[in-house]
Order: sequence, then C-alpha cells, then structure tokens
Amino acid sequence: MQVDWTIYLTFLGVGVILLLPRESKNMIRWVALLTGVCALLVALKNYFDYNAWVNAEVAAHGSLSDGFKQIANVPWIPALNVNYHLAVDGISFPLVVLNGFVCVTGILFSWNIETRVKEFFAFFLTLIAGVYGVFLAMDLFLLFVFYELAIIPKYFVIAIWGSTRKEYGAMKLVLYSFVGSALVFIGILAVYASAGGQTFDILELAKHPISRDVQIWVFPLIFVGFAVLAGMWPFHTWAPTGHVAAPTAASMLLAGVVMKLGSYGCFRGAMLLMPEGLEYWKWWIAWLAIIGIVYGAAVALVQKDFKFIIGYSSVSHMGFVLLGLATLNLAGMSGAFLQMFSHGIVASLLFAVVGRMVYDRTHTRQLDELGGLAKVIPFACVTFVIGGAASMGLPGFSGFVAEYQILVGAFQMHPVLALAAGISIPLTVAYILNANDKVFMERDQPAGSGGHGHGHDGGEHSHPALPPISLPERAAAIILMALLVIVGLYPSIMLNMIKANVDVFLRGAR
Amino acid sequence: MTPVSYFEVFKALSSEALLAVTALAALTLDLASMRRAEMVMRRRTIGTVAVIGLLAAIIPLWQQLAAGSPRTVLLGGTLAVDDLILMFKLVIVVLTLITVLISMDYDVGRHVGEYFAVMLFGAIGMMLLISAEELLTIFVALELTSISLYILTAFHKGELRSQEAAVKYFMFGAISSAFLLFGLSYVYGVTGATNILAIREAIKSTDGLGMSPLLATGMLFTIVGFGFKVAVVPFHLWAPDAYEGAPTPVTAFIATGSKVASFFILLKVLFVAFAGLEGSAFWGHFASGWTMLLAVMAALSMVLGNCVAITQRNVKRLLAYSSIAHAGYIFIGLIATTKMGATSVLFYVIVYGLTNLGAFGVVAALSSRAGGDDMEDFNGMAKRAPLLSLLMLIFVLSLAGIPPLGGFLAKFYVFAAAIQRDPQNFGLLWLVVLGIFMSAVSLYYYLILLKHIYVVDSSNQSPIITPTYLNVALCLVALAVVAFGVYPKPILELLNSLIAAL
Repeated sequence: MQVDWTIYLTFLGVGVILLLPRESKNMIRWVALLTGVCALLVALKNYFDYNAWVNAEVAAHGSLSDGFKQIANVPWIPALNVNYHLAVDGISFPLVVLNGFVCVTGILFSWNIETRVKEFFAFFLTLIAGVYGVFLAMDLFLLFVFYELAIIPKYFVIAIWGSTRKEYGAMKLVLYSFVGSALVFIGILAVYASAGGQTFDILELAKHPISRDVQIWVFPLIFVGFAVLAGMWPFHTWAPTGHVAAPTAASMLLAGVVMKLGSYGCFRGAMLLMPEGLEYWKWWIAWLAIIGIVYGAAVALVQKDFKFIIGYSSVSHMGFVLLGLATLNLAGMSGAFLQMFSHGIVASLLFAVVGRMVYDRTHTRQLDELGGLAKVIPFACVTFVIGGAASMGLPGFSGFVAEYQILVGAFQMHPVLALAAGISIPLTVAYILNANDKVFMERDQPAGSGGHGHGHDGGEHSHPALPPISLPERAAAIILMALLVIVGLYPSIMLNMIKANVDVFLRGAR
Repeated sequence: MTPVSYFEVFKALSSEALLAVTALAALTLDLASMRRAEMVMRRRTIGTVAVIGLLAAIIPLWQQLAAGSPRTVLLGGTLAVDDLILMFKLVIVVLTLITVLISMDYDVGRHVGEYFAVMLFGAIGMMLLISAEELLTIFVALELTSISLYILTAFHKGELRSQEAAVKYFMFGAISSAFLLFGLSYVYGVTGATNILAIREAIKSTDGLGMSPLLATGMLFTIVGFGFKVAVVPFHLWAPDAYEGAPTPVTAFIATGSKVASFFILLKVLFVAFAGLEGSAFWGHFASGWTMLLAVMAALSMVLGNCVAITQRNVKRLLAYSSIAHAGYIFIGLIATTKMGATSVLFYVIVYGLTNLGAFGVVAALSSRAGGDDMEDFNGMAKRAPLLSLLMLIFVLSLAGIPPLGGFLAKFYVFAAAIQRDPQNFGLLWLVVLGIFMSAVSLYYYLILLKHIYVVDSSNQSPIITPTYLNVALCLVALAVVAFGVYPKPILELLNSLIAAL
C-alpha cells in the first residue's frame, strides 16, 4: 500500500463509524482505533522504505537529485487545470508519521468520552484525514481543499466536547483559520494567474518564474495566511484559547499536528514557490518568530491555568520552527522540520497530561488549586517530567536535537538572532519547573483553607479519590515518550531524510 | 418570414406542454374528486400527479439532449433551443420536482390543487424564460414566473406575515417589471430590434451608438429590473420578508428555480445583447458600462448580505441574506465577461440552486415539526433528526464554501475566472479580495446556525420522523452537492463545451 492509503483508510473509518448505531460505543472506539493503527502502520512501512531509499541514494551519489516520491497524478478538474497530485518527500514523511501517532494516541486518550461518541470519532477522523491530505498533496488547489477540510471539524470537536468558554474558543479558532485561509486563497489565485493559469501543481509552479513584484506582495499573503495556524506572533491569540477550550484529543491534534499544517503550508505554499519574496521578507519572519519565541515563553511563565502554560509554550516552540525556516541554511531548516515532529509529540504528551490525566480527574487546572499529585498519580508526574524535559531541550530528547540545530542555523544567519532566541531557554526551564512544582509537588503552606484540602500534614492523600491512570492512557503516553527518546538518541532515523531534502531545496533556491 | 411549423414548435416545447397539461390535470382532479379527502392524502395524491408530470417532462428533454440537438430558432427568433438551454430546462424541472416533493410534506393550506398547478405554471415560465431570445418574450416569461410566485407566497392564508410578504413581493416585483419594461423599450427604441442577437449587431455596427445616453438609460433600467429579480443590493429589500413569510417550499422555489432562470437570462442579455457595452470594472480603470454597474452591486451585495445575515435569528431570513450575498458572488463571474466567467456563473447557479433547495427542504421538514423556523427551534436537532441534520451540515457548509463540497468549487471557479480576466494587473482583484473576505465573514453565521443544530441542547428530545421519500430526495440532493465538489469533471466539461459552441 502506498502512503496515500492513510487518507483513504481514515475516510473509510469515518464511513464505517457513521454506519454504526450510536449506542454501540465500544464498537465505535475500536473501529476508530483500528483505523488509526492501520493508517499509522501504512505510514510507517512507507516511511522506512523511503528512509532506506534516501540512505542508499545519498550513499551512492552524495546527495539527492529529487527527493519526491510520486504517488498519484491524475487530472481532477481539467477546466481549472487541477490535478489530483500526491507526492511525498523527506519533509512531509515525518509529519505524516507524526499525524499517525497523534491520531492513535489521541484516540486512546479519548477512550473515556461518553457523550456522542459516534459524532466525536467521526469528526476526529475527518480532521485526521484532512491533515494526511495536506501533507501529501502536491497540487496547490488540492492542498487547500484538504487544509480547509481540516478546519471545520475542529469547530465541532471543541464546541461540543470542550470546556472553559468552549464556543468562544472554537469560533475564534475557526475564524482565525478561515481568515488565514482567505489570505492563502487570494495568494493561490494570484500565483495561478501570474504563472499563466496553466497549473496549480506546486512542482510545476516552482519552475515558473513569477515576477518579483508579484512575489513581493503575494509571498506575505500565503506565508501569513498559513502562519496564522502555525501560531506566528501576532496572529497567535487563537492558540491559547483554542487549546484551553478543546477536549484533550483535540488539543493534542491542534498543537501536535494542526499547527504543523501552518508551518508546512508556509514552506510548501510560499517558500518553495516564491524564492525572491522569501529573500525579501526573511528578516521579518525571523524577527517575528523570535518575538513569538520569547513572548510565548514569558507569558507561559505567569499563567495560572495549567493548560494555558502548555498553550503558550506551543506558541514559543512554533516560533522556533518559523525561525528555522527563515534561516535558509541546512542546519536551521533541518532543525525546523525536526522541531515540527518533535514539538508535535511533546505538545501532544503535555496536553494529554494536563487535559486527560489531571483535569479529567481533578476538574481543575488552576495551579493554586492543584498540588501533590505526584503521590496520587505518579505516572502523570513522570510523563510530565519527561515531556517537560524534551520541551526544555534537554539532551537525549528530540527537542534538543531540533532546537540546537535551529539555533546554529540562526547563528549562521546572524549571531544576534541566536542570542535573542536563546533568551527563551531559561524561561522554558522556569515555566516547566514551575508547573511541575505547583501541580505535582507538595506545598509548604496550605493553599487556602478547606477547598480542595490539599497540602495539609505533608500532603498525604491530598486528592484522595482520584481514579488510577487507565491502561489506554499508559499505552498512549508510553508510545509518545518512547518516540521522544528514540528520535533524541538516534536522530538520524529522521534527520537523514530531512537533511537530504532540505539540501535539494537549498540547491534549487540558489 | 418562413411559415410557422406548429409541429416543430410543439416538438421543441413538448415538456412545457406536458407540464401545462399536468397542471390542469392537478386542478381538475382536486376539484372533481379530492375535495373531501383528508389533507395529507390530498397533498400526496395531487403531488404525485405533479411528480409524474415532471418526470414525464424530463423524458423529451433528456432525449433531445442525448441526441445532441443543433441550435434551432422558433417563431421568428423568439424562442431558441440548443443543448445549453435544454440542460437548464432540465435543471429547472429537477428543481421543481424536488420542490414538489418538499411541498407534499408541508401544510400549504386548503387549496392543494391550485398550489401545485400554480407551481407548475411557474416552472413553465422559468423554462420559457430560459429559451427566450427576444425582449418581449423574456418579459412575458418573467411575468408568468413572477405572478405564479406572488400567488404562491400568499398561500399561508391564515398567517399575517405570509400576506405581508406577498404584498411586498408583489409591489416590488411590479415596480421592477415596470423598470424592466421601460428599459427594454428604450433598448428597442435605440436599436430598432427586440431580438438579442439583432440588438448586438445593432450596437456593434452603428458608429457612435456605443454608449449613447438613450441606450445607457435603457441598459441601466434593464439591469435595475433584473437586479430586483435576482435580489442584489440595493434592490433586495423584498427578499428577506418574502423568504420569511412565504411557505417554506415556496421560499425554496423562489430562491432556486427563479434565481437559476433569472441568472441564465441575465447572462444571455448581458453577454449577447449588451456585448459591446461592458465598460470596465478594473481597479483604477473604471469605464462606464454594465460591468461597472454590476461591480458596484456585487460589492454592496456581498458586504451587506453577509454583514446583515450575522444578526438574523430566523433561519429563513438568514438564508435570504445569504442568498443576497451569493448573488454578489455570481455577479463577479458575470463581470469577468469571459467564457470562463460564463461557465463559472452557470456552474455556480446550478450548485447554488441545488444547495439552497436542499437547505430549504430541510428547514421545511424540520420547522413544520419543531414548531417554528427560528434558530432556537433547531436546537438539538442533531439528536432529534440525525439524518436531516447531517444533510443540513452538508448544505450549509457548501453555502459557506467549504471544500470538498460543490459550493467551494463554484466560488473558486468564479474567483479564478475574475483573476484570469486580467492576470497581469489583477484588475478585478479588489472584487475577489472582497468576496473572499466576505465569505470568511459568512462562515460565522453559518456556523452559528450549525451550532444550534449540533452543539446547543434542547429540552425537547423527542425524535423527529420525516417521510422516506423526502429523506431520499434530500439525500440525493446532498449527494449531488458533494459530487459537484468531488468529481466536477463531467459537468464542467459539458458546460465548457456547450458554451464554446455558442
């Protein structure tokens, strides 16, 4: 099976779920899980084949001449010259695999959802299928179709199953995404028309010279349009509210995958097609990214709500991705693409801890009301520490490899950039440790009297009746943690293909 | 002048004739034998008669279309038949058919026979409108359509808002007809012709006629008249009231069948008769002509339609404002004045007709059982009527222009046509940008509607059962809406080839 089967299998899963009666909840869960696992296996199998191929090519020729593996290319809407063109390369492959993992673990973390199970998994899998489509589409129109397809389910997933101002958060998120995609829409039409109206194919368009004047005004349209979803400062404000309002699986998807749609779109839709526009705007991107990095980390430090901390940390980490993309050198860009994968896993893990393990049990996310959870649910604490360590960029975890390379790349672009971005590192350490301390460790002083009654007498049984961490949760968390460590200790499993493809891009851009 | 061969005319208009016979049969049957029958029974019986007539009317159309009839002109150029016209007649028949099916399930009052008969007369008017190529025929067909619709609007006899809507619709419609007739008379006066092809020749051949004040006046008033019919700002005031007050199946008919026919004839008049008078709507290069007029109306419609829709609490009013906005998008395709623009308009109109019909169909089926058509009446519908809610989701998202549904592709096509008109300087980009941003605005109110259906809970949990034939019909419409988005190749190729043949 080619990797495009990830899309079809997921849609098939949606269809099957729609046909099942709504009462058979367990059946629906298992079908969803089976769908996710099948798609993941297909993705992994193709991933390793591709990886072997890249390694062989690089060993033989020193570099790749063309990293794309074509999957399908048939006319779809001849009247507009739209093709159903799917292809995959070393940049999209890690993201496809990431989506597979987040899908499976997201389903496991949603195992306890009891209301409207059928609709939940139908929307969830539709979103997943759209995301697979974006990562595989190599036709600008097709990419846009999948991109928009992924927007709408988010609204329902958040508005129906969310918490904390869920309707507001959902609407804000969807409108931000949609305004972003309106910008992209205009940009796509402009690119299409100025390249002669012959094709929407990304690889074809990249060969067409688009006049510099057009590039300079169209580039920011497409880039910013996608970057809205990547949480680029100052268009990031949907991210914290959206993440907080979303149910666990949706926050995992949002931070884990959907934000990557944005940065991936920036690369494919804007950077690949308009090198001159990129050259013109790259300093702007770099500085906006740095503001996002530092701002996100600083704001995370002062949050009172556990989930807002993770929400703002996502803004900060996605800033690293954009910074890496703007460096336009091998180290920085490779780091950016690895960071997309790494942050996808880290954010999923942390949101799972916050939303599923802590909030679903304690029904509060306020740091002041939590405390001493390490004794009650030690597994959650361990998970958070590992996720947090990866988030800080501790060596041995994937986050280290990624952010280190981005900083090297930024330094090559201009030393000041690396210095400015580096400010966020102590901030990240601080907010992770702060959260860890307040949520999982004991309090010296009793926080308020009565209330949740924690912190007394050395904090024995501060949350007496919390249900233990369930098997699906453990399984999912272990999968994610294992990924962090595997990629951290053995980064070439991913970095080789990324580097080879970034090399192709950089040679083409020059 | 060649002698008129009535057999030819009858052959070409056999489907209209069939519908007229069916309408009379429905009237007679109701009058003769159904007066005492139970209401539901009556509606279903008479409706079935109408359905049979409409199905029968499809046959000659389909045969002619499949055989590929060359363009023939009837009755000295008043009516024409070619593949494109046949195709759109087919669209009208299908839309009417579904409207009839929706009506069979909706309380339209005591005058069942009259209701279905008038609806069929309206459909005949629309079909004649599509094949008309001469100003007076256009006017007469338009009147036949409009008057049928005025009557249908008033069919909720007991309800004040239905009466008000009908009167308002009638007043506006009558005035717009006067405008139209006035404009057409000037056009005739200047060009000396009533056939649209002859008008084009006259405008093109005569030196200096180009944009003479008289012709400009004629054109302006003609466009104003049509502007009323398709409800664009600033001629839209009747639409919200008529949409809200009319029985919902009639609203569906006004919003779909009559819109499709009106846009088709507007396209023909503008692209053929006024071919030399486009002017320019390019940003910074405005020149007087109909594209500029249309550009202003399109911009106003998109902004006002979408912004006002946000505040609506009644679903039918909301859809009324959304259809005003959609008229604005369609105008962008007209302003492109290219073959691609024409294709995009026709595709848009078909998709829009089906989508809106489906949406009103769901509203009709649900509101009559939920007891109202305000947003709140739709609370918790996802639990009470899961199938119809899913269909509504599809229709509303298609109206919002979300892929992979037909509405998205239609919008994309219209905008692409406008951009392609002037790829160097992006002269029409301003309209496209406005349109795209306004569709982002539109997503807000569409989502609010869907929020009531899917997110908000209702105290009333009793399931809503709708008749199977209606479910099947609406499912087919939804399937078509999805198919137009996912696999549009056949219909786009057909439209392109038909337009290229003109």
